[in-house]
Amino acid sequence: MSKHLLSPLPGTFYRKPSPDAPAYKNVGDPVAVGDVIGLIEVMKSFNEVKAEEAGTITAFLADDEEPVMAGQPLAELG
Amino acid sequence: MAIRKLLVANRGEIAVRIIRAARELGIATVQVYSAADKDMLAVKMADEAVNIGPPHAAKSYLNIEAILKAAADTGADAIHPGYGFLAENAGFADAVEAAGLVFVGPTGDQIRTMGDKAMARMAAIAAGVPCVPGSDGRIDSPEEARAVAARIGFPLMIKAAAGGGGRGIRIAADPEEFETLMAQASAEAKAAFGDGGLYVEKVIERARHIEVQVLADGEDAIHCYERECSLQRRRQKVWEEAPAATLPASVRERLCASAVALARAVKYRGAGTIEYLYDDASGEFYFIEMNTRIQVEHPVTEMITGIDLVREMIRIAGGARLAYRQSDVVAKGAAIEVRINAEDPAKSFQPGPGMITALTVPGGAGTRFDTMLYQGYTVPPFYDSLLGKLIVWDETRHGAIERLKRALGELEVKGLKTTKPLFARLADDPDVRAGNVHTRWLEPWLEHHQQELQEQEGTGS
Repeated sequence: MSKHLLSPLPGTFYRKPSPDAPAYKNVGDPVAVGDVIGLIEVMKSFNEVKAEEAGTITAFLADDEEPVMAGQPLAELG
Repeated sequence: MAIRKLLVANRGEIAVRIIRAARELGIATVQVYSAADKDMLAVKMADEAVNIGPPHAAKSYLNIEAILKAAADTGADAIHPGYGFLAENAGFADAVEAAGLVFVGPTGDQIRTMGDKAMARMAAIAAGVPCVPGSDGRIDSPEEARAVAARIGFPLMIKAAAGGGGRGIRIAADPEEFETLMAQASAEAKAAFGDGGLYVEKVIERARHIEVQVLADGEDAIHCYERECSLQRRRQKVWEEAPAATLPASVRERLCASAVALARAVKYRGAGTIEYLYDDASGEFYFIEMNTRIQVEHPVTEMITGIDLVREMIRIAGGARLAYRQSDVVAKGAAIEVRINAEDPAKSFQPGPGMITALTVPGGAGTRFDTMLYQGYTVPPFYDSLLGKLIVWDETRHGAIERLKRALGELEVKGLKTTKPLFARLADDPDVRAGNVHTRWLEPWLEHHQQELQEQEGTGS
């Protein structure tokens, strides 16, 4: 069964540390516990989203700059 | 051209503020909103409302095309940008005028001039406004840098010409450190901004932030006295006052006159604020920048002068001349504003959105609460954390502080954490009560009082 990485907060999801930088992770990348997979912006404050499980990213379920709710799946791990 | 229908290109409390002013002028209102803001108070209050896009501000409140389309579709003849978002975007001001609409604010060129640090500094110098001693423009060689350093003295600040928002700033304490940091700063600026250009400024170590409100109609300009906003956290103002309590009358006169001179020199139009650093020790003030918009803290000026600044800027945009001569502007008493943000002072000011489950708004003499909150409203996570501004006025500053404490006691916002507990503490602090503060006063104070703020949290206040 696939595992999901969830958003810890409501806000805007970013896959990149800054607009011109490469994405933290791409589909196919391995993820270790504690790896940063993106940012959630809550009221102009940026919070890193750290993986709580290890695996390989098989899909992103939220796009860059997409509004997300707390608990919403951001990525799928295989 | 008198304005008949005004589009509000902003959100939150300032949108509410603008709608109120427009309504008093008999002007119809159109509120634009993002998909996350369909329930906001300004949408409910405005005569019409238009959805301009998704929650992400770049796709809605910063989307010039969508805003202009909303104006065209509703027949609005003017746009008020509020503060933040597109308020100081010269291209937006130009686009609004090119579409045949009135921009409630200065011209695009005025925004461009005052928004560029080097150009604003040159305009200030030309108008005889004192600037922080520093290089006249960018510095291109180490020899030139050494000469400037020798002239202005240490400590000094090295800034990237292309920088902003605090990025690329270094402080050198002596000539040796200066040499090392210049090289580093230039390399970093080149990497970050593609431009290694630097400029240097003297560090004003213990300064107050004092700013002068101006109103101008493109020909004449007046000031509405000053505000002091020295209590800041991470360069964000949290507590603002009018007047600046400890400013000597003779300095006030020169400070306000210099602001009017600068506004006149650029033929400014609308409401604007000229910001200064004021050095208590020397009695000197230095121009920092001009904000070409209405500011968050404008109500304290309204409370001491009785002038409705937002209404006045709309009237001026509609073609009216200034309704006041300088001699009509009389400052009376003392006003304080505190920013009630959706942030938890007990947890390093972590912001947190949520639903307002209960709300009690303070009232009574000399008390004003500018907010977009209502019971049952859900504060979205996508924008800044300002929920409301509690403003008090009294004949004396001491009275205003007591009134602030009383009003804070009445204010109840349930459902999320707010900065209210911080202000109850600050209102009792001896330094705050004595006006003995500067721009770097609050952060160490917060560190020192962290435990109290956490305990206060525990008692549920």
